[in-house]
Amino acid sequence: MLRDITLGQYYQTDSALHRMDPRIKLAGTMVYMISLFIYKNITAYLLAFLFLAVVIRISRVPFRFMIKGLKAVMFLLLITAVFNLFLTRGEPLVSIWKLTITKEGLVNAVYIVIRLGFLIIGSSLMTLTTTPNQLTDGLEKIMAPLKIFKVPVHEVAMMMSIALRFIPILMEETDKIMKAQMARGADFESGRLLDKAKAMVPLLVPLIISAFRRANDLAMAMEARCYQGGEGRTKMKPLQYKRIDYMAYGVMALYLLGVILLGRLFPLHLI
Amino acid sequence: MEIIETKNLVFEYIRRDDEGNVEGFTKAVDNVNLEVKQGDFIAILGHNGSGKSTLAKHLNAVVMPTEGTVYVDGKDTQDKEALWDIRKTAGMVFQNPDNQIIGQIVEEDVGFGPENMGVPTQEIWERVEESLKAVGMYAYRKHSPNKLSGGQKQRVSIAGVLAMHPKCIVLDEPTAMLDPNGRKEVIRAVRALNQAEDITVILITHYMEEVIHADKVFVMDQGKVVMEGTPKKIFSQVERLKELRLDVPQVTLLAYELGKSGLNLPKGILTTEEFVEELQKAALRML
Repeated sequence: MLRDITLGQYYQTDSALHRMDPRIKLAGTMVYMISLFIYKNITAYLLAFLFLAVVIRISRVPFRFMIKGLKAVMFLLLITAVFNLFLTRGEPLVSIWKLTITKEGLVNAVYIVIRLGFLIIGSSLMTLTTTPNQLTDGLEKIMAPLKIFKVPVHEVAMMMSIALRFIPILMEETDKIMKAQMARGADFESGRLLDKAKAMVPLLVPLIISAFRRANDLAMAMEARCYQGGEGRTKMKPLQYKRIDYMAYGVMALYLLGVILLGRLFPLHLI
Repeated sequence: MEIIETKNLVFEYIRRDDEGNVEGFTKAVDNVNLEVKQGDFIAILGHNGSGKSTLAKHLNAVVMPTEGTVYVDGKDTQDKEALWDIRKTAGMVFQNPDNQIIGQIVEEDVGFGPENMGVPTQEIWERVEESLKAVGMYAYRKHSPNKLSGGQKQRVSIAGVLAMHPKCIVLDEPTAMLDPNGRKEVIRAVRALNQAEDITVILITHYMEEVIHADKVFVMDQGKVVMEGTPKKIFSQVERLKELRLDVPQVTLLAYELGKSGLNLPKGILTTEEFVEELQKAALRML
């Protein structure tokens, strides 16, 4: 049951988006996020919607698959919308008991759902088309200038990729420890929340000890294979921009320009 | 010249009680002298706590000696300048396959060593391909290590060391966590490397079946080397091995017991084939 959780939910297929350099995908996601927050009008959101629809089409990731991973976030989205709907002051529209829905509240709720919805789908599109490994590689390369300020960029990227490698191993270990303790009568399911939390202690202690042991072994194995930090290291799979990546940068710039211009010149408002 | 040589090697660690007070010193490795020639297949045997793993870690400069010296390809392991050369010369494979695979894809893990050494990209790919082919894991190069069996993972680890082009591979109980099939897989791969590529192998183990093909066997007990010689010589001393709490291969034990009950068989029979042959000879003699 624990093994069903997938992190970095990568969807394996071959598309132009999958083949792109992780750096442009990271930068593109940032640009898209910014574009959502420049203006609060229908024109800008319409453009953002069209852009997202085209990119999803290019990515060849089935829309249903994308939505499946977003169920938990949908709940959060709903709560935000409800809060906005009822708690914004302004011109009252409908009044039920003590709760009032205002005109401004309605507009805010619609906008926030659009913004957050697009934001989540947009960024999950990046993780769906980029392997965790490419992602850490891309991050390392993008953040490389921070080395001037003594930010340990290589170390952080290495830690991220090791963490990603060990998540499934530790999951499996948790499963094993849980089963071993359940076989001896431990109860993880019943009781109140506090009881459940207490039942986790005998699970976490051995897990953490074993994680430290693994870390120790891994450090020794890495040293034995001549690991001495990022200095003087070569790459087996170096990141290299191709034509498609330069084109993608161009498209992102055009898109941002389009949102700014159209949102400024032809602002359409809900009410 | 010897590829690996230890001179009066001692490694001590401090025993402490629960409050952290010093209780005493334990010599994990006690005055060990090893000489290993290039291209040899060496096995080091011993039960738990005999110091064989600690000895292995000295050979890769992961652990430094308390007294004495270790030379790897003529270089002293305590020489900081030579550290990376030594680690390139003597690669090391550890016991737990999960705790030594760094990459998330098989080929990336094998490339980790060469990447650290600063090998150019094109050559890394060549080395990865040839190493994975040498251990028979090339077909799995795009797989995630998490989806492989124990034996396969261990072969990937060996490929990872191989890609660094070492002269010598030290395997610290590489089969301890594997099932019998995985054990056979790994040992077969190691023997093939030793024979085809003339790589020196130092295999640390407590499984007797794995050492019968070695050129030389060292048996350790309480930090000391207590027996050394060819597998035949070692396994002809069944009583002594039993004293050291070591098992002998089943065939050897059977031959030994038969010999004790009066059947005239030579000492130190190691394989089933050899045993059958000797048994036939003995039967003919009795006719």
